[in-house]
Amino acid sequence: MARIHVTTTINGEPMEFLCEPQQSLLDALRNNLGLTGTKEGCGTGDCGACSITFDGRLTCSCLVLAVEAEGHEIGTIEGMAQGETLHPLQRKFLEMAALQCGICTPGVLIAARALLEKNPDPTETEVRFGLAGNLCRCTGYDKIVRAVMETAAEMRETAS
Amino acid sequence: MNRFDYLRPASIAEAIAAAAQPGSAYLASGTNLLDLMKGDVVRPARLVDLGGLPGLDRIELLPDGGARIGARVRNADLAYHPEFSRRFPAVAEALLSGASAQLRNAATVGGNLLQRTRCAYFYDPASACNKRAPGAGCDARGGENRLHAVLGWSERCIATHPSDFCVPLAALGAVVEIEGQAGRREVPLEEFHLLPGETPERESVLAPGELVVALRLPAEAARFAAHARYVKLRERTSYAFAVVSAAAGLRIEQGVIAEARLALGGVAAKPWRARAAEAALAGARPDAASFRRAAEAALAEATPSGDNEFKIELARRIAARALALAAIGTPERLPALPASPFAPVPGAPLHG
Repeated sequence: MARIHVTTTINGEPMEFLCEPQQSLLDALRNNLGLTGTKEGCGTGDCGACSITFDGRLTCSCLVLAVEAEGHEIGTIEGMAQGETLHPLQRKFLEMAALQCGICTPGVLIAARALLEKNPDPTETEVRFGLAGNLCRCTGYDKIVRAVMETAAEMRETAS
Repeated sequence: MNRFDYLRPASIAEAIAAAAQPGSAYLASGTNLLDLMKGDVVRPARLVDLGGLPGLDRIELLPDGGARIGARVRNADLAYHPEFSRRFPAVAEALLSGASAQLRNAATVGGNLLQRTRCAYFYDPASACNKRAPGAGCDARGGENRLHAVLGWSERCIATHPSDFCVPLAALGAVVEIEGQAGRREVPLEEFHLLPGETPERESVLAPGELVVALRLPAEAARFAAHARYVKLRERTSYAFAVVSAAAGLRIEQGVIAEARLALGGVAAKPWRARAAEAALAGARPDAASFRRAAEAALAEATPSGDNEFKIELARRIAARALALAAIGTPERLPALPASPFAPVPGAPLHG
């Protein structure tokens, strides 16, 4: 089957690319479009390193075909900061050193943002439950969970 | 992943005609199918993407108290639908106990019904598996089988159905709406999945090209809303498949069980409705002794298929626990850890 032409929106920008039917969206983002912030961990939907938003919904880009992006809106880690201004989660992760090797970090940030959009005042259990699909093989969960809780508190203060 | 043709039909009729061709597979969200394709476990020649089909993504709350759920409704959307989860709290709890936020956002209700077993030998193309390659044999029989079936298994296959969602659906008498080249038909969920018998490769009643278009929960299923729970025992607290699970619903009138529903997950190749247990509970008092008797009735036919005898007693305890939690009453809001067996049962011993 010939390569397929896909028209989509990525981080608010209209985008087109050509892909093979069997390419995952993760593969197309990284290798066709050079957006390498999204990482491949397991490639089977277990680890969350490839987390993106698809029409605003947190999902694993390794289990989406690139052709399925046609007509939809994709959000990646590259779109999380506004220009030079980091998202509060990104700032807090730096401040609290809530990362070790960093491979899981883009996925964790995308998932944490989705979590806080739904639930701005989560309990620790809710944060751990919400981020259960993001594995950190350095096992740095404690700092990640604390950074998300702190960011949530800070964002609630800013909003009030 | 093998090469395949990709089709994105615009109508259900077009989708059915394409999928009836040999070698075709429907693509819903792909959380299971693409994973299987990456592992070379399945190699469809043609993928028929359901993403362009209209009308499959609606949650309809019916005036009679029931609900109709389009096949492409996402697990998270259904679980967080306030009125749906009020009417069918055990279904919402089961949905939220499964997978991760990422997968619940993607996975569809139709795909959930049709997901494949997580038997490791099925996933490993180098192992013998009658489900993957009919007649090849079953390496699970003499292999690592502590999580395999204890009910309804055959010499050919001892795999389990991994769904949480299907367990309360079976208990509540859900109906599957199917469309195919011969037209539309309906099948009770309880009869939708097939036990392995001699043909473990046949997992459901679907004929080639047939498409699940919707699920229906009947009005009487909402009568259990005040006393409905799902309990799931996992090898870790979240993001794991069930070792065993149970969905329970009770209608309690004047201190007596007027009607009970019970189904088990993780024990067979299909969600296991425990009708003998339900019969044992009708007219009984909602107490620990009744629940234990019902749990024993539910597992009366169980036999180990390998190194998994422990699952039989575990399933009895989880069934009794689900019934006890249901008797206490559905919580106001879903617990932060849905379906957790660590939730305390007031006045009951931790085991037994």
